[in-house]
Amino acid sequence: MLETFGHLPVAWLLFAVLAAAAFMAFYVGRTQAVGIARGYTSQLNSQPNYHGYFVAMATIAPAAIILFLYILFGESLVRAQIAGELPERIRALGDLELAQYIDRISEHATRRDALATGNALFDAASDRYTDLVGLSRIAAILLAVLAAAGGFFFGRSRLSGDFRARARVEDGIKFLLFLCAAIAVLTTIGIVASLLFEALRFFSRVNVFSFLFGTEWNAQTGADFGAIPLFFGTFLIAFLAMLVAAPIGLFSAIYLSEYASPRVRSIVKPILELLAGIPTVVYGFFALQFVAPIVRASATWINGLPFIPDGFLAAQPTSALAAGLVMGIMIIPFVSSLSDDVINAVPQTLRDGAYAMGATKSETVKQVVMPAALPGVIAALLLAVSRAIGETMIVVMAAGQRAQITPDPTADLTTITVQIVALLTGDTEFDSAKTLSAFALGFVLFIVTLIFNLIALRVVKKYREKYE
Amino acid sequence: MDGNMEHFTQTKSSARADTASAPIKVDCQNIDVYYGDKQAIEDISLQIEDRSVTAFIGPSGCGKSTFLRCINRMNDTIESAKVTGKIFMDGANINDPAIDPVLLRSRVGMVFQKPNPFPKSIYDNIAYGPRIHGLASGKAEMDEVVENSLRKAGLWEEVKDRLLAPGTGLSGGQQQRLCIARAIAVSPEVILMDEPCSALDPIATAKIEELIDELRERYCIVIVTHSMQQAARVSQKTAFFHLGKLIEYGDTERIFTNPEHGRTQDYITGRFG
Repeated sequence: MLETFGHLPVAWLLFAVLAAAAFMAFYVGRTQAVGIARGYTSQLNSQPNYHGYFVAMATIAPAAIILFLYILFGESLVRAQIAGELPERIRALGDLELAQYIDRISEHATRRDALATGNALFDAASDRYTDLVGLSRIAAILLAVLAAAGGFFFGRSRLSGDFRARARVEDGIKFLLFLCAAIAVLTTIGIVASLLFEALRFFSRVNVFSFLFGTEWNAQTGADFGAIPLFFGTFLIAFLAMLVAAPIGLFSAIYLSEYASPRVRSIVKPILELLAGIPTVVYGFFALQFVAPIVRASATWINGLPFIPDGFLAAQPTSALAAGLVMGIMIIPFVSSLSDDVINAVPQTLRDGAYAMGATKSETVKQVVMPAALPGVIAALLLAVSRAIGETMIVVMAAGQRAQITPDPTADLTTITVQIVALLTGDTEFDSAKTLSAFALGFVLFIVTLIFNLIALRVVKKYREKYE
Repeated sequence: MDGNMEHFTQTKSSARADTASAPIKVDCQNIDVYYGDKQAIEDISLQIEDRSVTAFIGPSGCGKSTFLRCINRMNDTIESAKVTGKIFMDGANINDPAIDPVLLRSRVGMVFQKPNPFPKSIYDNIAYGPRIHGLASGKAEMDEVVENSLRKAGLWEEVKDRLLAPGTGLSGGQQQRLCIARAIAVSPEVILMDEPCSALDPIATAKIEELIDELRERYCIVIVTHSMQQAARVSQKTAFFHLGKLIEYGDTERIFTNPEHGRTQDYITGRFG
């Protein structure tokens, strides 16, 4: 019996049962309210449907809370119990080994087609694990049913002609919406906290200043953690990308919003925005296979010119320039789409005013529309910069791995994101300075993009206040 | 301007002006305007006198603003709009393809419903037009143009100490007078006003009306208004539009006391519209 429960797809069953309970509770609540009203529902404070919703809410909310807690803590409880029951010799293995042993038990136990391994102790533990899971589920379900029944009777007992079911339902909806918003915020806080925690562990081993201002980066050997070459590579590539994206994005936004006929606009704008939908790994291919060889060939050609000293450009097979150019193309839609929005938000009356003064279209755009849209355009550019700094795939594929500081864009450079990927892929142990440095880099990246985004949002807000 | 009278005598007027005292500045003949397939203006002919105020009245959507925008070819900026017919200004047809609308608009200024100062300083707002048309050489001359325009618009005393402050920081009424000053700065011959007081309070409105009355000495002014009292107060001639047609045109005094058409009568007495 317990074993059966240990294997059932309980989640779906529960969901169905909860839905049925909610439906029934709604029906009962509604009927009761109709009974109270004796046919004159206008006498009720709230219409019968709201009484129904209220009883349904009172029924499923407590059950949902219990099931949620079970999902969060159920497995840990079972594991703790199993750990306690294992013989002393296995428990003496130490925390990490014990956890791995239980992982194996749990994996074996939850597989339906698992055969006995022949190891009597392990098989017994596996069966026991299945039973415990079944037991914990039955317990959770019983508790949930009790809570639902309690909620149901509580809900019914509140119903009366004066009961403000509508207001209570409103409170319930408000709480639900708040919960969703809170989950988003809490997740963000959680991410930052975990980053910060690991970064602090790193900084307990490596000095903050030697990390932030050191110019030698040899993390793979665990020797040097000076991140300046990474910051340099990141900002150089972002700068190159902005050299491409800022003018092209801005000018295409001006063309689309001021010059293009509605027909052209309806074709060109979606195509531009399609650029944003291309997976970055595809851009990575493009950078590596197509742009990087061209950059290299051009650099070699320049090196061969008579008045250029030998080896003037590095002409590497992967280069900052290749990554920067392609990244620039990738972020064009970020610049153009946002700029297009802010240019369109400039009131038509301003344009009319300039035209009526006898200004031409380009004079109007340059002297009236752009100054009015400038804060929004700056915000768009800042958001694009923070996108460029955080971009990973293109630089992983096309920028290279070498941590060096050189203004030569045809040299291979590395960035913060490339190093994070390099440090965290493959076999890693999560307590070496090498791995932890990835979190420190991630934290720096987060802070930098956060600052850019905050400035952008502030600028946009100021701009909005001015024109609405 | 010599050709004005002569020009006037040779055009036949379909909507007759009651008195032909002043010279004609703008002579519109058989104007039709279409927005896509929809006809907004049907065969309107109308003569506007120089150095006077002409008011366009009529219910919303009657085409009075559209017609006003024909006079400086602002309808060109609307993709779907198509204008046919002739508008003579000093003898030249402004709808002729050879006419540069950009130059035309420096001769025909316009003031809009909502004050729309540029996102620049008060000074630069006024200097904008003279700069793009090269009307002032040197700083001293430009300063003079700015001061004169602001004086004519009755704004100089209020803003002379903060010419470099942003124009958007002024009150609504001041902004509208700034826009009038901006229009005056390029020395136009005609000033078009599209409900210039609809976003203003009664005190600011009174100031603008006073200003319009002063400007009448120098310019040909056409004003679109929803306020019957305003039309009666500031204009010498009134044209009543309805459903894209010109119903009646004549001396303001006569239109308001003794209209020829039943529709005009109904509108000005508030029976519809």
